[in-house]
Amino acid sequence: MMAKEKEIQYELRLYIAGQTPKSLAALNNITKYCKEHLAGKYSIEVIDLLKNPQLAEGDQIFAIPTLVRKVPVPIRNIIGDLSNEEKVLVGLNIRKLNTKII
Amino acid sequence: MKKGLTAVFPKTPTGIDGLDEITEGGLPRGRPTLVCGNAGCGKTLFGIQFLAKGISVYNEPGVFMSFEETKTDLAKNVRSLDIDLEKLIQEKKLRVDHVRVERSEIEETGEYDLEGLFIRLNHAIDSIGAKRVVLDTIESLFGGIENTVMLRSELRRLFQWLRDKGVTAVITGERGERTLTRQGLEEYVSDCVILLDFRVIEQIATRRLRIVKYRGSTHGTNEYPFLIDENGLSVLPITSLKLEHNISSQVISTGLDGLDQFFHKGGVFKGSSILVSGSAGTAKTILASCFAKSSCSRKEQTLYFSFEESPAQLVRNMQSVGINLNPFIKAKLLHIHASRPSLQGLEHHLLILYKLIAKHKPQTVIVDPISSLISIGSMNEVRDMLVRLIDLLKTHGINAFFTSLTNEVFEDKDLTVNAVSSLADIWIKLKNVNTGLNQVRSLRIVKARGLGHKTESQHFTITGKGISLTNENEKSRQKILAKTV
Repeated sequence: MMAKEKEIQYELRLYIAGQTPKSLAALNNITKYCKEHLAGKYSIEVIDLLKNPQLAEGDQIFAIPTLVRKVPVPIRNIIGDLSNEEKVLVGLNIRKLNTKII
Repeated sequence: MKKGLTAVFPKTPTGIDGLDEITEGGLPRGRPTLVCGNAGCGKTLFGIQFLAKGISVYNEPGVFMSFEETKTDLAKNVRSLDIDLEKLIQEKKLRVDHVRVERSEIEETGEYDLEGLFIRLNHAIDSIGAKRVVLDTIESLFGGIENTVMLRSELRRLFQWLRDKGVTAVITGERGERTLTRQGLEEYVSDCVILLDFRVIEQIATRRLRIVKYRGSTHGTNEYPFLIDENGLSVLPITSLKLEHNISSQVISTGLDGLDQFFHKGGVFKGSSILVSGSAGTAKTILASCFAKSSCSRKEQTLYFSFEESPAQLVRNMQSVGINLNPFIKAKLLHIHASRPSLQGLEHHLLILYKLIAKHKPQTVIVDPISSLISIGSMNEVRDMLVRLIDLLKTHGINAFFTSLTNEVFEDKDLTVNAVSSLADIWIKLKNVNTGLNQVRSLRIVKARGLGHKTESQHFTITGKGISLTNENEKSRQKILAKTV
């Protein structure tokens, strides 16, 4: 059981458009939550759409900032500055895992 | 720049038949236009056609941002209209971006904006140098996003952004109960608002289009009927169909020698409109066919609208009185279009008439009988339509031949006769006169503008060789009189 849990890797993608306060807040927030709850088993890729606008269509991005959980599937999208920790964890399905471990 | 200062602001032609006439040139260039209407009224098609025509006619690439249909669905849906989206996309003339907003897949937390949408749209526009943009239907965002306050301010920003970008945009919106659009988009897009309507009156579906507002420009204010067929959307009136005909004093034959003799010039003027009225079984169709035949013999394109008989039936029946129409059909001179009056709405018929006239550029148009159309519209509508049709034919110098079924008793109150007779140049009345044992057919010219003509009625018979006008007119009349007395 424990071994299986360890294998789960979170691949997250954060879409931003320039260094806006909302985008920076989102990056800070998600980094903080991941360190707390997913230490060692996550990766965050930050995509700036101002530099790579062609990437917006593929992940169906319309809001900024948007956090996309690519792995594990199914893909989940969370939009906003991620200020509500509870909602983000539920959205990413993280809290449930932690409670299981405890 | 030089002359444009005092002129009205520039417009972008839509390429939709008729609409550019009503709007006097098209949609406001570089500004957004709101196209709203209830479900199934043709909003998406409007958008697609705006882009497709923009590409094919005006060489302006376009972006279609769809919030409802996927790219494949869209391509499938418009293929029947002869628009190949895939090809346009490959040629980098068109970009279709499907924005999927599904509330169940999205979690919202904290502040955000729709910059992603702006970036996507900007990228799509820049990648092909688009001049036209369609957003279909952006209101779908309200179904997927909780924060409507943010959404509203972002939409306001989006429309302003489109103006700054200088693209001519069409934004579609679903009709609301009390407002033009469900979310009141008309507040934000106020340059031009077009309302499409689809309603059913007495079981016949009719589509209407109205320009609700057009800032800084004059425009037609009426409700205009429009049609969706295999060529897409077209709006009445279609005045763009330029047919080059001149009004002439040339005299042509009616197809009946006997009848031609009635007119002092030995025929009727080219480009005149002829009304033949009479009750059932008075040989109106035969007269019409004679006219068609004579027109075809002059190698003129002839269009025959038959509302009662199918082409095959018409041809067979005319053969029985010695009029063979087949060779003309084969020679592509005679085009018979048959349809049931009740099959479509009135404006649909009128549009088909217009389209076929534009396609064949005929010199003669026959409508048999024009009175059938009464059954599908209100009196006023029919009158309007007939007036418009006759106007069209007259201005283009097309020989027009209408038959009208009249009620023998209340002939004076007959609507078509009333509406048409004042517009028609020549009016011929047909009658069956009972002479005791047998019926005698008679024909009388009521009026003939600019043509001297006989005024007495003339008897005629129909044989296997056609109509023959009998010469013993006076004699037979006296005979009848003697008999009836």
